[in-house]
Amino acid sequence: MKRLLVILLSAFLTLTRVSGQEVVPPGDMTADEGDVDVKEIIFEHLKDSYEWHIITLGEHEITINLPVILYSKTTGWHFFMSDKLKPDGEYDGFHRAAEGAHAGKLVEYGPDGSEVKPFDLSLTKVALAVIINSMLLLVVVMSCACWYRHHSYTDAAPKGFVGLIEYVSVMILDDVIKPSVGREYRKYAPLLLSLFYFILLSNLMGLIPIFPAGANVTGNIAVTLFLALITFFTVNIFGNREYWKEILWPDVPVFLKFPIPIMPLIELFGIFTKPFALTVRLFANITAGHAVILSLTCLIFIVGRMSVLIGVPMTGISILFMVFMNCLELLVAYIQAYVFTMLSSVFIGLSRPVEKGEKNKSLTDK
Amino acid sequence: MDLLIPETGTLVWMLIAVGIVFFIITKWGFPMITGMVEKRNGYIDDSLLAAKAANEKLAGIKQECEGLLKEARDEQARIIKEATDRRDAIVAEAERKARESAGKIVAEAREQIQMERDEALRGLRRQVAEISLEVSEKILLKELSDRQSQMDMIERLVDEVESVERK
Repeated sequence: MKRLLVILLSAFLTLTRVSGQEVVPPGDMTADEGDVDVKEIIFEHLKDSYEWHIITLGEHEITINLPVILYSKTTGWHFFMSDKLKPDGEYDGFHRAAEGAHAGKLVEYGPDGSEVKPFDLSLTKVALAVIINSMLLLVVVMSCACWYRHHSYTDAAPKGFVGLIEYVSVMILDDVIKPSVGREYRKYAPLLLSLFYFILLSNLMGLIPIFPAGANVTGNIAVTLFLALITFFTVNIFGNREYWKEILWPDVPVFLKFPIPIMPLIELFGIFTKPFALTVRLFANITAGHAVILSLTCLIFIVGRMSVLIGVPMTGISILFMVFMNCLELLVAYIQAYVFTMLSSVFIGLSRPVEKGEKNKSLTDK
Repeated sequence: MDLLIPETGTLVWMLIAVGIVFFIITKWGFPMITGMVEKRNGYIDDSLLAAKAANEKLAGIKQECEGLLKEARDEQARIIKEATDRRDAIVAEAERKARESAGKIVAEAREQIQMERDEALRGLRRQVAEISLEVSEKILLKELSDRQSQMDMIERLVDEVESVERK
């Protein structure tokens, strides 16, 4: 019941938020006809931005200004707040690129007049959201750890929030990590659990529409790439001899690996496709979910502008759809975190096969 | 398109924020939770085993108790039976002894009585003899006061002797 309320509430908040966004910012719609530019609204949400726009109340916009940190090869370091940047203006020699590969990003003019992207270390919306989510994760996990520090294992199991975290952790540990990683799961369990909780938390925070949540963190490809790189490095740094042997000299007929190393090439390629798959899967799922919810929200306003008569029942239908989508997204938030953790576990498990000399210990030693 | 190009700045911020947080929670956060859960699982398993062992022990003790109780009951019955037997024996023995001694006493008393009767009889006889002697003396003195009567007496006595010899 409580959960249902939360879902309904978050659906409602999504509605308020996007409508707030939709009404005023001049960049969001083509002002002359008052049409709704759905693509613009959706991309504005999905993409990163230099400031964090929270809500527009009437004419008054509430925005958090974030520091912009740039390094230009010609002019060195630049540091200023994002409120200095006007939508079409220029500041300190930088302006927003209107189109091209760097559209929406700050660029400067190179010596030949072309747009050059500086090294952009700005604390953007996503970067701030990453920090907020990390802090939240830290607080959640360490508060639980604190509970354990003050209790003995002979005490009763925790209840409430700590109990929930323990339940989820044990479930991931027993269902995903133990069977996938195999006998050395203890070493990797904390990292995999951290990945799981970070992704889950970021996904859920992405569904809550108001500050400090609401940023599209796991729908940002840099974030998912970073998470996939954690798995990539864990796999390839701690992979044992058997793992590398299977890549460079797999158990296939010799003509497949010598003189033309077809199989080793495929295997080497596989090293990189694994993190790539992780990156894209998480990114695409979350992005798609956000895009669908936003589209359904925009539907209200598109139809509303066409005809009030159709707009009113359409609003009801749209809200119903959004509630459904938000429920689905809650599920997706969990499933994607689960899948990411499971695949990472499997990759790690594959990187540590039982070596030939080693005795085959039982896989799930308790 | 730029939705698909990872931003270097975001990667750097990820590295800083997530790096620090992951370092802390992988070192002090999750090992605490999983370690405790593992320990607790071990503890629960041990407790279950201990409980099972205790139950078994309890069942054994119960059985032992019952055995002891039964033994005690048997012993009690045996002791009671023995005591009864002994009592009966003692009573029988006492009866037998009493009967014996009573018989002895009666026999002794009878003997005494016999002896005393005999004694009394003897005394009576002596007295009777003495009295008869005195009487016969007095009779004799009176009867044999003359010569004739003395002669008759002698003759009668001789006759008597003769008849005894004849017999």
